[in-house]
Amino acid sequence: MTTVVTQQIVGPGELKRLSPRFWLARQTQLAIFWGPVFIASLVLALLVSVTTADLLPVVVALTACTAWLVERGRYRSWGYAEREDDLIVTRGLMFRHVSVVPYGRMQFIDVTAGPIDRAFGLATVQLHTAAAATDARIPGLLRADADALRDRLAMVGEARATGL
Amino acid sequence: MSVMPPPLAPADPQESGKMEVGEHWRRLHPLSPIVRFGRVLIGVVVVAVPSIAEQPVLHHDDGLPVSVIIYIVLLALGGIGGFISWLVTRWRIADGNLQIETGFIRRQSLRIPLSRIQAVDVISPLSGRFLGLAEVRVVSAGRGAEHGRLAYLTAAQAPVVRARLLALAHGLEVGTPEPMALPLLHVQNGLLLPALLMRSQVLAPVLIAVVAVAAIAAAPLVGAGALGSAVTVFVISALGVARAFNEDFDFAISEAGDGVRLDRGLLQRRHETIPYGRIQAVRVVEPFFWRAFGWARLEVDVARQSVSREADRDAQQVARTLIPVASREQALWLLARVMPDAHPNPPPEAGPPPRARFKAPLSFHFLAAWFGQRYVYARTGRVQKSTIIVPLVKVQSVRLKSGPLQRAFHVATVDVDTAGRRWQASARCRDEAEAVEMVRHISERARLSRRVPPPRPASAVVLPAAG
Repeated sequence: MTTVVTQQIVGPGELKRLSPRFWLARQTQLAIFWGPVFIASLVLALLVSVTTADLLPVVVALTACTAWLVERGRYRSWGYAEREDDLIVTRGLMFRHVSVVPYGRMQFIDVTAGPIDRAFGLATVQLHTAAAATDARIPGLLRADADALRDRLAMVGEARATGL
Repeated sequence: MSVMPPPLAPADPQESGKMEVGEHWRRLHPLSPIVRFGRVLIGVVVVAVPSIAEQPVLHHDDGLPVSVIIYIVLLALGGIGGFISWLVTRWRIADGNLQIETGFIRRQSLRIPLSRIQAVDVISPLSGRFLGLAEVRVVSAGRGAEHGRLAYLTAAQAPVVRARLLALAHGLEVGTPEPMALPLLHVQNGLLLPALLMRSQVLAPVLIAVVAVAAIAAAPLVGAGALGSAVTVFVISALGVARAFNEDFDFAISEAGDGVRLDRGLLQRRHETIPYGRIQAVRVVEPFFWRAFGWARLEVDVARQSVSREADRDAQQVARTLIPVASREQALWLLARVMPDAHPNPPPEAGPPPRARFKAPLSFHFLAAWFGQRYVYARTGRVQKSTIIVPLVKVQSVRLKSGPLQRAFHVATVDVDTAGRRWQASARCRDEAEAVEMVRHISERARLSRRVPPPRPASAVVLPAAG
């Protein structure tokens, strides 16, 4: 539904999606967390001779699958569009958000990359306006794309800057 | 970027003698440490005197009790610290900046660009009023108010400094005299007190107490318990009323060439100035019991960073209430002064769709949102009706939100953010298609209104000073 709503605002085809490498990075993150948890539950089930303990790995596996599904939904919900005067960012699976941030309102732009992001050559671009509630963040861009986006935004932002 | 104020005129040796404030470095008033640490002093005395009186007197060789000596040493150290802090603090207005240098061990040099000033306040605390001192506090975008404090100047100097800062902030000549203030409204203290008492957080515990007294007759144990908790809540809210009364005592609002002036306070007098065009949002609040009398309150929001420190939190109170209580007509008239052409009465189609009643059953009756050529309006509230008005020029971003429950009812929320820290205009539970239209139209109109500079209020031209 987000897509439908967003396309009503943006126009079809304009919305850019995140790099598939971001999905790989997210899956790696999930594996790093859920792999050891699953192994630990397996070991526990083998060591403890109570019947209910055998269910533990199953429960863990199901939770991990749910987490994977949720992450995939989140990954698919991300999108952004650079329009003539503003940037549109959509996100969220359960709580869906569409933010419209005019270029002229941008105060500064952050490009950050965590360890996993760096391993996959990814970066996050975050826009800040004078309003604390503005939450325009685009994760999972390729490093070069992120830098290019930052430079583009900084350029149009400067051209259209307005005071408070 | 914003327009830089013109460079300062070169200091004429003859003229600088006349000037009260200038481009030269100067110190704060020598009595400042006494006012600043006055509260600490009183606190120490309050703690010290009973403890000295209680203790078995341990006499030193000279005859003075040891505890007295300890306290005297502590006070002396504090006094020396305050004196040194005064000695190393200096300030000036130069190069379009307010410059403050302070700190003995860790030097701090602060520059506040005058073009970024959001509000200027003159504050006289009780102890400062006895000594004829006042503080000038500069609220600038991007910094908490704590940083732009000149504490303290003489009471005569403070308004001069303020006039100068505001003149430079508006890009006028340095020597522009302070424009005359045109009184708009004055709140009678006789109206303020009943209005404060009439707020539901005071009246609700009273009602509970009445019910509890009635219940004592029927079931003594339950009634007594309820009465006890009601009394506790009542005492807390009474303290809140006393505080609000102290803050908004003798409230007067006036309009000058450089902005809206607010004067208020019983023990601590505040003289606030909110320059034109710096108001990010206005809120019209009508508490439940006020509506029977047709009263309303107006609050404004100006841009500032989120604040975390204790002193900053106190500063957050600054420039908040535009009028603590007034009749609805007066409030709307005042609103028209600060936001021309704003009409806070919703058109008939401003309400959410009827199915939103199931999503927001308690606030449905007040929910409304609409927008015009210059403002976005959003009304919310369960018991207390509050309407937030945001100028389209001030819109920072527009957001559409929908949670799982909202999607089940095909409604969505549109948030309009400003640089203010208090509120955002939140159009809750709109029809999905309408919400999309709202996002499109509001961002489009905000874009157009940024192109055209907004007309200033008629009296915003600089009036000549009297005499």
